Amino acid sequence: MTDQAFSDTLPRAGAGQSRALRIGLRWTLYAVLILFALFYLMPLFVMVTTSLKSLEEIRTGSLVALPRAVTFDAWAKAWSGACTGIQCEGVRPYFWNSVVLAVPAVAISTFIGAVNGYIIAHWQFRGANLFFALLLFGCFIPFQVVLLPMARLLGILGLAGTIQGLIMVHVIYGLGFTTLFFRNYYVTIPQELVRAAKIDGAGFFRIFWSIFLPLSLPIIVVTVIWQFTQIWNDFLFGVSFSQAGSQPITVALNNIVNSTTGVKEYNVDMAAAIIAALPTLLVYIIAGKYFIRGLTAGSVKG
Amino acid sequence: MSDWLGRQIPKILLAPTFLAVLVFVYGFIAWTAWISFTRSRLMPQYEIDGVIQYERLFAAPRWDTAMNNLYVFGTLFIVIAMVLGLALAILLDQHIRAEGALRTIYLYPMALSMIVTGTAWKWILNPGLGIEAMVRGWGFESFSFGWLVDPDKAIYTIVLAAIWQSSGFVMALFLAGLRSVDGEIIKAAQVDGIPTWRIYTAIIIPSMAPIFLSAFIVLAHLAIKSFDLVIALTGGGPGYATDLPATYMYAMAFSRGDLGQAASSAMIMMSVVFAIVVPYLYSELRAKHD
Amino acid sequence: MAPILEIRNVTKNFGTTEILKGINVAIEPGEFLVLVGPSGCGKSTLLNCIAGLEETSGGEILIGGRDMTHVSPKDRNIAMVFQSYALYPTMSVAKNITFGMKVRGVDPATQERKLKEVAAQLQIEHLLNRRPAQLSGGQRQRVAMGRALVRDPALFLFDEPLSNLDAKLRVEMRSEIKKLHARLGTSMVYVTHDQIEAMTLASKIVVMKGGVIQQIGTPSEIYNRPANVFVADFMGSPAMNLIPAKARANGGETRLEIARAGEPPLVLDHAAPAGLPEDVILGLRPEDIAEAGFRSGQQVQTVDCRIDMVEPAGADTFVVSEMGGKQVTARLHAETRARAGEHLPLSFDLGKASFFDPASGDRLN
Repeated sequence: MTDQAFSDTLPRAGAGQSRALRIGLRWTLYAVLILFALFYLMPLFVMVTTSLKSLEEIRTGSLVALPRAVTFDAWAKAWSGACTGIQCEGVRPYFWNSVVLAVPAVAISTFIGAVNGYIIAHWQFRGANLFFALLLFGCFIPFQVVLLPMARLLGILGLAGTIQGLIMVHVIYGLGFTTLFFRNYYVTIPQELVRAAKIDGAGFFRIFWSIFLPLSLPIIVVTVIWQFTQIWNDFLFGVSFSQAGSQPITVALNNIVNSTTGVKEYNVDMAAAIIAALPTLLVYIIAGKYFIRGLTAGSVKG
Repeated sequence: MSDWLGRQIPKILLAPTFLAVLVFVYGFIAWTAWISFTRSRLMPQYEIDGVIQYERLFAAPRWDTAMNNLYVFGTLFIVIAMVLGLALAILLDQHIRAEGALRTIYLYPMALSMIVTGTAWKWILNPGLGIEAMVRGWGFESFSFGWLVDPDKAIYTIVLAAIWQSSGFVMALFLAGLRSVDGEIIKAAQVDGIPTWRIYTAIIIPSMAPIFLSAFIVLAHLAIKSFDLVIALTGGGPGYATDLPATYMYAMAFSRGDLGQAASSAMIMMSVVFAIVVPYLYSELRAKHD
Repeated sequence: MAPILEIRNVTKNFGTTEILKGINVAIEPGEFLVLVGPSGCGKSTLLNCIAGLEETSGGEILIGGRDMTHVSPKDRNIAMVFQSYALYPTMSVAKNITFGMKVRGVDPATQERKLKEVAAQLQIEHLLNRRPAQLSGGQRQRVAMGRALVRDPALFLFDEPLSNLDAKLRVEMRSEIKKLHARLGTSMVYVTHDQIEAMTLASKIVVMKGGVIQQIGTPSEIYNRPANVFVADFMGSPAMNLIPAKARANGGETRLEIARAGEPPLVLDHAAPAGLPEDVILGLRPEDIAEAGFRSGQQVQTVDCRIDMVEPAGADTFVVSEMGGKQVTARLHAETRARAGEHLPLSFDLGKASFFDPASGDRLN
């Protein structure tokens, strides 16, 4: 309080600063920001350059040096020849595992989330709020607490080690967030719109199909990106519930990197890592706005 | 009759999700809790036998290390990521020319899998060919940077990689917060002649308290669940120097075949998460209702 | 004729809070019923109950003689215009208007014909291909009405349809709605918190407060003979003056005494037999207190009053004088010679007076 009283008597900021000082500050500001940009970019840069070097060059050259001779051998090997334990087929089969896993899991969880969100936002019934609270808590549990029973259940259902099993797991534990996204989006659609449609004679499905879905493109994009990133990047469920043939790419990458057989091929590791990162990275570059919206919505909301 | 059915449709459609949540979240938690009070080893046993698993857990040096690591990792990760995120947000808020591009650069690690992040940093930090070799190559022959293989330092490499991955996200949260502060208040302060830094410390940052809370919750949540990063970067090693509760639980469940220990450690993890998240969610939901 | 809408003893509870406490209203075909009251009085809830958008907790709602209490909105033969217009944002104006018919499976040719009719009626033919976001507030209002009109319903429901418009447009649309009603002759139920809207539109007004009907009547009944001090105060702008007074029998007349601070009491003789209790509240509209010489009639009495404040308002000038501890407003003509702080003889038209019981607030005469 006293500070504010004082500030009235202080000279205006900037008025007392010389032009040179302001320009100096400006340059420092940009320098700091660029330095941080380099910090964030450095690992990606190192990954890319390393993946394009030969092993020989890696051993003799510097970490941050550009490759003297660009070679895509590491990429080829990472894609179809690197060893994940005993098999040496590269990441290709696992990449497709992840695709086959992510596409239906994302589609199903997004669709169910949309319907759930629509109901919770506009078809309130007794207990709907309690249900929503239960669902919300479910978003925050550490998945370790469900690993053991889920492993047993998948075994009982005959889904242990299958991609179908993993799809089921991702759909179930993705529902909390997808429902949350759609619910938070749909509550901003005025209740009067639903009422007008009811008077026009439209029912539950008609209102969803003709009025809500056409409005939902932004939130569908946000949800799909969120779910895709989560599922593609998942490791815990993948490593816990898959076996040799059904592993997703994150598990395969980890196996390649930690495989103890033969010479350590850093360039192959890096190429495999980039391949594993590429889909989500592309999504981020293409639809960054929606990616950020999902991140913030997924964290700040209740 | 069809009217009655019409009114039931929402409930019918919500029922599967409701059941799924009930069984796969709450039922499974209950199952894990139950097992944590039994003598289960390789196979689950259902005879309640007191808190023996928790006694074993707290007596295990490896669990002790894991909790200790969680404390060190969690504290450093949360504090540094918040400070860095806030600093970047404030710097970016100064009408920066290439703000969009910089924001994109700061945030992209969040799109990567922790396994990718771990792999990259493992390579960068490896003593033989990574940063250490690079700096030596510059002529500093005695330079040594062996954190990754040093049992006392390895946990800091995880902190480093985790911050690299998540601080941009904190930045995005704070930047959104800064932009949502009422512009008229800031104008009023500027008219009053309050210097920019004081506008930040006295007006803008205090009004972002909810965002600090959100960021804290998200980061704490990430810290407790951290698993992939440790596996990819250090594998929990050297030895089990960088074990976290999540890796401990996984080791007990899938390599040691000790269900009792896995269940009890998972329950402890959940208790920690709930101790942080439940009051937050409760207050959020309450605030919505009022 | 049977009433087109009959509401019998309708109650509505949300948990333990009673929103509607036994509502009884009926309207004849062709009537324009306005539900008016302050926010939270239950008027919108009642409208939603009539529409079937909210379930009643008790009582019956009959539309066109049929019990519709538990019938879904689409089968009630009603149409509704909403406060926010509730236009479907992704559909064109034409689709907005025909959506209801499409849902009901009306054949496309009929849809097209009705759309043309309504569009011509509301002069929105040139807007049919636009999206709601591309329309002005007034245009959206018309589209919302169009959507209701194509239904050809037995009953139109309006939920504060003009409250999102600016003042000028509101007056325009108000008279359009009135013309529309005159042309169509359909029954309408209209919710508003704006008493001027209520007065200008209604053939019958229901004044509500706290989930209870305070009075049902024609605009002139409501305005001239308010049932209690709430209605007296709520309807009319500026509000009716409610002046505490002492009533005494004086021969065949009633003598009213009103205390004034720093002035001799105001004494008015009311040429009506006694029968009033001693303590009453005298209700007089501002226009029933005029400058001396501008009002004549058997019951007009002129008394000297001190003017505390003068507020010119264009066509009228309002003056305020303290009586019975209340700021009493009189509506004078624009060229009044009233000056603040000076005295002025004012004429009170007691023929228009309302008397209320100070304890219950109910009307006495």
